Amino acid sequence: MNFILKYIKNYKIRAILAPLFKMLEAIFELFVPLVMASIINKGIASSDTHYIIKMSGVLLFLAVVGLMFSITAQYFSAYVAVYTAADLRRDVFVKIMSLSQGTKESIGDEVLTTRITNDINQIQNAINRVLRLFLRSPFIVGGAIVMSFIVDVKSAFIFILVVLALSIIVFLVMRYTLPRYKNIAARMEKVLHATSENLEGSRVLRAFCQVDEEKAEFEKRTAKLAAMQINTGKVSALLNPVTYVAVNLGIVSLIYVATKRVDGGFILQGDVVALVNYMSSILVELIKLANLIVILMKAFPSVGRVQELMEIKSDEREKMSLLNDELIIGGSCNAKEISLKNVSYSYHGAGEMDLENINVEIPAGSVLGIIGGTGSGKSTLLKLLNHTYDVTEGTIEIGGQNVKSFDDSYLADMFGIVPQKAFLFSGTIRSNLEMNGKNPDECEIKSALNIAQALDFVEAKEGGLDAEVKAKGANFSGGQRQRLTIARALIGKPQILVLDDAASALDLATEKKLRNELLNLDWNPTIIIVSQRASSVMEADQILVLEDGKCVGLGSHDTLIKNCETYQEIYYCQYPREEASNE
Amino acid sequence: MNKSSQRTILNRVLIELKSYAALVSLSLLCACATVYLTLRIPILTGRAVDCIIGPGHIDYNLLESYLKEMSVLIALTFFTQFIMNRINNNITYNVAKNLRDRAFSKMQNMKLATIDSHPHGDFVSRIVSDVDTFTDGLLLGFTQFFTGVLTVLGTIYFMVRISWVIALIVIVATPASLLLAKFISERTYKYFGDQARLRGTETSYIEEMIVGKDIVRSMNYESLAENEFDAMNNSLRDASLKATFYSSIVNPSTRLVNNIIYAAVGVVGALMSIGGGITVGGLTSFLSYSSTYAKPFNEISDVITEFQNALACAARLFEMIDAEVEVDNGKKTLGEIKGKIEFKDVSFSYVKNKTLIEHLNLTVESGQRIAIVGPTGAGKSTIINLLMRFYDIDAGQILIDGIDIRDIPLEELRQSFGMVLQETWLKNASIKDNLKMANFDATNAEIVEAAKATHADSFIRKMPYSYESILSWEGTALSQGQMQLLCITRVMLNIPPMLILDEATSSIDTRTEQEIQAAFNKMMKGRTTFIVAHRLSTIREADVILFVKDGSIVEQGSHRELLQKDGFYAKLYQSQLD
Repeated sequence: MNFILKYIKNYKIRAILAPLFKMLEAIFELFVPLVMASIINKGIASSDTHYIIKMSGVLLFLAVVGLMFSITAQYFSAYVAVYTAADLRRDVFVKIMSLSQGTKESIGDEVLTTRITNDINQIQNAINRVLRLFLRSPFIVGGAIVMSFIVDVKSAFIFILVVLALSIIVFLVMRYTLPRYKNIAARMEKVLHATSENLEGSRVLRAFCQVDEEKAEFEKRTAKLAAMQINTGKVSALLNPVTYVAVNLGIVSLIYVATKRVDGGFILQGDVVALVNYMSSILVELIKLANLIVILMKAFPSVGRVQELMEIKSDEREKMSLLNDELIIGGSCNAKEISLKNVSYSYHGAGEMDLENINVEIPAGSVLGIIGGTGSGKSTLLKLLNHTYDVTEGTIEIGGQNVKSFDDSYLADMFGIVPQKAFLFSGTIRSNLEMNGKNPDECEIKSALNIAQALDFVEAKEGGLDAEVKAKGANFSGGQRQRLTIARALIGKPQILVLDDAASALDLATEKKLRNELLNLDWNPTIIIVSQRASSVMEADQILVLEDGKCVGLGSHDTLIKNCETYQEIYYCQYPREEASNE
Repeated sequence: MNKSSQRTILNRVLIELKSYAALVSLSLLCACATVYLTLRIPILTGRAVDCIIGPGHIDYNLLESYLKEMSVLIALTFFTQFIMNRINNNITYNVAKNLRDRAFSKMQNMKLATIDSHPHGDFVSRIVSDVDTFTDGLLLGFTQFFTGVLTVLGTIYFMVRISWVIALIVIVATPASLLLAKFISERTYKYFGDQARLRGTETSYIEEMIVGKDIVRSMNYESLAENEFDAMNNSLRDASLKATFYSSIVNPSTRLVNNIIYAAVGVVGALMSIGGGITVGGLTSFLSYSSTYAKPFNEISDVITEFQNALACAARLFEMIDAEVEVDNGKKTLGEIKGKIEFKDVSFSYVKNKTLIEHLNLTVESGQRIAIVGPTGAGKSTIINLLMRFYDIDAGQILIDGIDIRDIPLEELRQSFGMVLQETWLKNASIKDNLKMANFDATNAEIVEAAKATHADSFIRKMPYSYESILSWEGTALSQGQMQLLCITRVMLNIPPMLILDEATSSIDTRTEQEIQAAFNKMMKGRTTFIVAHRLSTIREADVILFVKDGSIVEQGSHRELLQKDGFYAKLYQSQLD
């Protein structure tokens, strides 16, 4: 709660004025029955036409001023809610962008998106409603009671009884229904998942003739859902009738008691009318208050979830400062040699290692191939190189400096990375290529596209470099996406080029051309190629063979083919022995 | 949606509701009673007030009879309202269930072309949210509408009975508040549109940045991304403020008009009562009517929008319920399947006038292994779609053991093929239940044996509940390769006489693939098998290799034959070895 208040504080004055104006509006509204009572008591009773007209002027005045107050309040509360939500969204976005890859993966993309969209929308809605209603509704209810005390103390006790009864009824109904609504929502979610699962699996389900089983299972689900809805409905169906009875029986007893008071000469006929009016206004506001509570109950978990996200330590990676407590952020560090010493890594920080005791020296300008089956730790190793993850044990040095001592953005400049999943951002081809902010000229872009074997299809596209790229690059084929991500990594001539299974969607002929180009880059970067195909790494200066996170071979193709069993297996999978020996 | 189609849908809705006719009538009856009873209360209150003139001038007998009548009416209202609510709930939720079941059931039999050509999310939202919007909007909306109209008419009737002059004031002035509300909400509508649009833009930007976050990082793009986000966020904020504020003016504004009407009724009533045209009690009833009279109007305009919305949803639902189903009227039975498959002059295309397969002829002898090779999008999977009758051919014939596959009941045809696809699909259930999908009677021992053969046993055992581990909807702990192994295990549990393997091992690493080769060989032994694959090792061993290009089979023969032919296949093969 404090978490949100901190954000609202930026708009403190407006946040205080909004409910205050709402309260003023309520006060003006509360006067109306009193004015009406005096019209009856004085105006009608003494046939004073002038008085009646004067009082109707007062009624109009109350209405107009009430409106002004109300609109002011609505503006302030909308302002506070919308601005607070926008601030919150911004901070959450920045927070998400600052999360380390490991943390981000452990939370999950969908969860993060929901936090910043749905959860914050809920919060915005709740702030708006609370500012508008949390003084108004209680004030009208409380005010009605106070007014009734002013009119007649004896009759006022009925008000207290009715308000009490209504509160208890609303409370009980809500206590019963709210948790059940939550269950209903959960059941509905199951129906949703079942439907989408079935659509995805329509071929398999039909192939296995599971259609009838699925229908039966779905009907069971909807039956449970309906039963729960009907059951909860039984109680919520009570709310209206019961509150109606409470208020109207209140009116009946009020009239009865008030009559006695009139008979005793304590109050007048008009006062009875005023009391009845106050009684009728209570119910509407109590129901609004109940709805407000529902909105709040929905918003509280959202606040909790957003807060939880904001409080996550954004970066658990270790940074080592060298000189003057500063990280290396740039300058003359042109060394491209990389050395891994006893590197081990475990996703859980301890226990079974996902990578174990890797030792590799990668000289500047050389090519390292990494090969191994799925789950052998290839991609993990890459993520250690540019300090996406922290090594659990051992050290990684680039140009003789521990990788932890580099600033992240410096590392980003140093590395050109082609990820396994070819991901493009919506925009244009050009905007994707210019992402790293190195402002390449037309010539550099073309040359990068040419190396990546992408120039042909880019030029064939309508608009060329300025052709639209849809979200996730959906309007490009897998192979085209891969080639564009390769070109993107080449922009700015990074000193270290990392290709993580980056050519898997390319046919072998194209991949070969690409490989030739990469091995002959004019700025001679250090290159690391990860692949499942032996052909992709065969020409590397050294090849690291990984299996289950362990290094089972390190050396050139010629050495490995003789003495590394795992490498042989992989190689002969692609080049069956007979053909290989024919060559 | 135009008027006539709206009417058609409405008629259809009424037909759907036929079986609830009695309940609906009862609910409407209760609604009438409730309206009458609630409108009666202000009259009685007024009359009671008239009994209280002043000290000593009180007609206790009359007063008590009014109060008694009120109490009885209140008690009756309780029942009519409660019964109405219950009935409406029952109808609503049962209709919703019924519609969901029918739409879902249709989904199981509708043509795959419909499913393939439709965004899945759209069908999901029909079954989940459209059903709700429909039942809420139509059934609850209808009762609200009905009660609203009755209340307005009833109020007018009661008001005119007390004093037609004041009634006229209320009746004439009320539309002003409605017009005002309409005026404001029409303007707000635009702002809500802006808000929704900007929110959509921002959300997709956020999604993109989150999914591609590691790339954003590696590109040093964070600060630029923050700037872009800020710009979007600020315009969303400004649009939201407008939408929120303008929409929140509606209530205070209509309240103003209503308050003015209230004041007018007060002053005219008071003046009239001096002349004796109306009693104080009459004025009291009037004041109460004038403050409630406008409410149903506002509700009615909401309800009409909801109602139209509901009809639109109903139309989408009916479209789904009426979708074309697969043709399944074969009567012949295959009996003992030998597995000879013939394509005779088969033509097929997904889209009319965009030809794909034309005059395809192919004979596959019993027990042969057929590899389908070719570039992506060439129509390799199409042949599988046709064999399984996921799609029906446009011309020609496909025969299994001499019987046209359209003459075989769908279920029998599909059960005679074992299928492993590239896109692994497992349902949200335990691993065991997933595997048993192929063979419900498989024993635990059989399951474990199959899993061992496919090397799935070891990773299954590492899972928290072994074979009982539930595969959850959100990101399973399994890798794509492991899921493929499970799909293969599933088929192993009950191997039909013919097999279809569409890139069945594409996500399995080469070593594991080698290791499960024995299991594969055993599975394929003696069975006619269609294999779509890109690994040469798999392809080479096939009896017949079909090279598919642009939907037609351009080369056909064994590995050796095709190499000698030195055509497309030979080229592909050489490029891989290069």
